[in-house]
Amino acid sequence: MRSLIGNIATLLLTLTVSSGVAVAGKLSDAQIAHIASTAGELDINAAQQALDKSTNKEVRAFAENMVKDHTAVNDQALALVKKLNVTPEDNATSRSLTKDAAEKLAKLGRLSGAAFDKAYVENEVAYHKTVNSALSTTLIPNASNAELKSFLQTGLKIFRGHEQHAEHLASELH
Amino acid sequence: MRVTINDLAFSPAEITVKIGDTIEWVNGDFVDHTATDKGGAWDLAIAAGKTARLPITTAGTFAYYCKFHPGMTGRIHVEAK
Repeated sequence: MRSLIGNIATLLLTLTVSSGVAVAGKLSDAQIAHIASTAGELDINAAQQALDKSTNKEVRAFAENMVKDHTAVNDQALALVKKLNVTPEDNATSRSLTKDAAEKLAKLGRLSGAAFDKAYVENEVAYHKTVNSALSTTLIPNASNAELKSFLQTGLKIFRGHEQHAEHLASELH
Repeated sequence: MRVTINDLAFSPAEITVKIGDTIEWVNGDFVDHTATDKGGAWDLAIAAGKTARLPITTAGTFAYYCKFHPGMTGRIHVEAK
């Protein structure tokens, strides 16, 4: 997941090289929408694993909120892309995120109790940091449609809240 | 006294009320929030698109935040009647 920025950079580079025009190498709104919704779905999967495994009240409350918030964000995103007539398009960054998340799920799946709680929450801090950084440095600046850009900015505010919530929880679990 | 929530912010972020007043938070966002007193006196759930109310019974200054998005903060000054 830490490689998301690198992957986006690689994708941008690839697109730039293949198109031969730097300005045409930016991510399309269809790709940006796909990356954003994939990031949300992956965090919902992680939260569902936490709800299956954790008995810690605070960790469960956090995970429940991740399911609720990311579901709400993705529902809004779906309605927006429909309105804008944009079909989210799979891409290298989405695939890389998905692959990294599957590895993390498998790794966390082998842990239990306090060790799981700590690893889950620490990963949530790292994951939200990575996604938020990608949003602010790459996805938002590259979004062409003003409504999509504004929606991503709201998403970033929500996810920064998650990052702070996770950091707070991580400090309590130490 | 009404506090609106839009785009992850309480507005106005700082208010002054009197004992006996009721504060209502109107959540214009599509995600749930809370108004949670940092001192533990109250913890109010404010569902997406809904309004939640808190009757004020104690004088003092209360700093509060949203448990789900802790960057959202506000302050309430409660004066005696």
